[in-house]
Amino acid sequence: MAYFPPSGAAPRPGFLPGLPGWLNTALGLLASVALTFLGLLLVTFLIGRVVPIDPVLAAVGDRAPAEVYEQMRIALGLHLPLHEQFLAYVGKVLEGDFGRSVLTANPVLEDIRRVFPATLELATLSILLGVLIGVPMGVVAAVRHGRWPDHVIRVLGLVGYSVPVFWLGLMGLLLFYANLGWVAGPGRLDIYYEGLVEPVTGLILVDSLVAGEPEVFWNALGHLVLPASVLGYFSLAYISRMTRSLMLEQLSQEYIVTARAKGLSEARVVWRHALGNAMVPLVTVIALSYGSLLEGSVLTEIVFAWPGLGYYITNSLLNADMNAVLGGTIVVGAVFIGLNLLSDLLYRVLDPRAR
Amino acid sequence: MSAQALLAVEDLRVSFATATGVVEAVRGVSFTMGRERLGIVGESGSGKSMTGRAILGLVPPPGRVDARRLEFDGIDLTAAGSKRRRALRGRRIAMILQDPNYSLNPVITAGRQIAEAYRGLSRAAARERALGMLEAVRVPDPERVLRAYPHELSGGMAQRVMIAMMLAPGPDLLIADEPTSALDVSVRVQVLAILDDLVGRGRMGLILISHDLGLVASFCDRVLVMYDGRIVESCRASELESARHPYTRGLLAARPRIDGPGGELPVLDRDPAWRDAPGVCGAP
Repeated sequence: MAYFPPSGAAPRPGFLPGLPGWLNTALGLLASVALTFLGLLLVTFLIGRVVPIDPVLAAVGDRAPAEVYEQMRIALGLHLPLHEQFLAYVGKVLEGDFGRSVLTANPVLEDIRRVFPATLELATLSILLGVLIGVPMGVVAAVRHGRWPDHVIRVLGLVGYSVPVFWLGLMGLLLFYANLGWVAGPGRLDIYYEGLVEPVTGLILVDSLVAGEPEVFWNALGHLVLPASVLGYFSLAYISRMTRSLMLEQLSQEYIVTARAKGLSEARVVWRHALGNAMVPLVTVIALSYGSLLEGSVLTEIVFAWPGLGYYITNSLLNADMNAVLGGTIVVGAVFIGLNLLSDLLYRVLDPRAR
Repeated sequence: MSAQALLAVEDLRVSFATATGVVEAVRGVSFTMGRERLGIVGESGSGKSMTGRAILGLVPPPGRVDARRLEFDGIDLTAAGSKRRRALRGRRIAMILQDPNYSLNPVITAGRQIAEAYRGLSRAAARERALGMLEAVRVPDPERVLRAYPHELSGGMAQRVMIAMMLAPGPDLLIADEPTSALDVSVRVQVLAILDDLVGRGRMGLILISHDLGLVASFCDRVLVMYDGRIVESCRASELESARHPYTRGLLAARPRIDGPGGELPVLDRDPAWRDAPGVCGAP
């Protein structure tokens, strides 16, 4: 009898034995995502129970007689033991019921459906700018290590990292909107274009193209350019710094000497060999930057009157609107879980050793 | 030894400017070689690897290479620009590095890395040639190795991939920098046999850099012994046992012998006077 597994078929960590490898990996990932999400719900649930805001009082007012108060308490399910309350909470969240916002009187989910696309649009454009400019900048800085391009890029990065985003936004508005008139002002659209396009995805750039309204598209882009540049500059600063140090590490590896000894061009050595390896950890850096942009940048949203998630959550928090805060928190948490999963998958694509 | 020198090195110096002053890794090395096998031995830090890198033009910054003469096949390397040097690298001068775990790119398949060495060939043609090279280095199941990533290969297999990659364009000079030091002893012999076979005699020049005196003596035609950035002795490999320089004698004496008496090995005494004394030559 064979006492050893055949070579090359080393047992892999997985969900269940006996399933094909890819299915096993997928199920394992899915299980870990589900578990993380459950943990997220537990934390938000407990926060909702711990904060000194009485949901019964919020509903009935503080002059209600004791029996009305008690009835409401039972109606809200607050008389049940904590674990039953949690199960009920999970059930409702899974149905998409985050409760009603006290502030807007809308279901929280409806509010989030309205504000999240604004943040998504802004964050996506910002991270695209950050990656498309930040990564090449970091590569150039690493290749020209210690010489003037490196110093210029380092100073640019330092400025982007340390100057407050709201100040940069205000100065940008003053210069490019008020003085030069190159870009559109605060808000997502000029009032003239408001309501011309039926929101389908909520992303105005997409909706306007689908509806065949190029004018709305260009107007929305004009509004997006400045806030996206400000946020993009911020993530560019971080991404280029990380790219630089990851590239410096890769460029000192032995396989780079091999590639040069083969007589490959410097461009191929840098962009294919070194960046190919640096991309592996860089993917996680980029995913986390994107995640923090998707949380919504409160300061930028306030400066640009951008009706996004960050502004919504902050405003709800200041008004003790717990359903809205917890709903927003769950969405942000879910976004992070999703991005982590995505960077995990990309990691496997980019690094054969992780497969 | 062929009449026209393949490589002529005269007064080669490699220096690094550091915060605490200039460090000279190679201090005036001179030798000429034809399409023969030249061994360079010495302890770590003796400058043997830097000599190899300087010939390729791959001394890392802030290293500085100076030479009165550095000529490869009639081409003056000291005057050649970086573009010319790069055109020579791989095609005419190639190098095998020590540890295949680090010297192969971990995220590119072995096949692609070999195929990269063929410039100006279509992908399919390069792949076909790479397959042929893998067969030449006696890789069992070359189709699998072609698709494999370096971490999926054993050290011996990976070093064969390295050899295939570097010999692919048919270079005239191969610099092998400790090609077998990172391998298991049992695999070492196989890899050396492959190298022996492919390099042939008189077909290409080989510089074998090693700290293994026995290996160099059996594999090479001539041996240079380096100490502290200089060549202290040069002799025929067959005459290494009767070397004259006290450093070489010391190295020979420090080898353990399987049939020896056991016990402590002699410790090498280093004489500061060796630093600048002229090197000795074995019988010409």
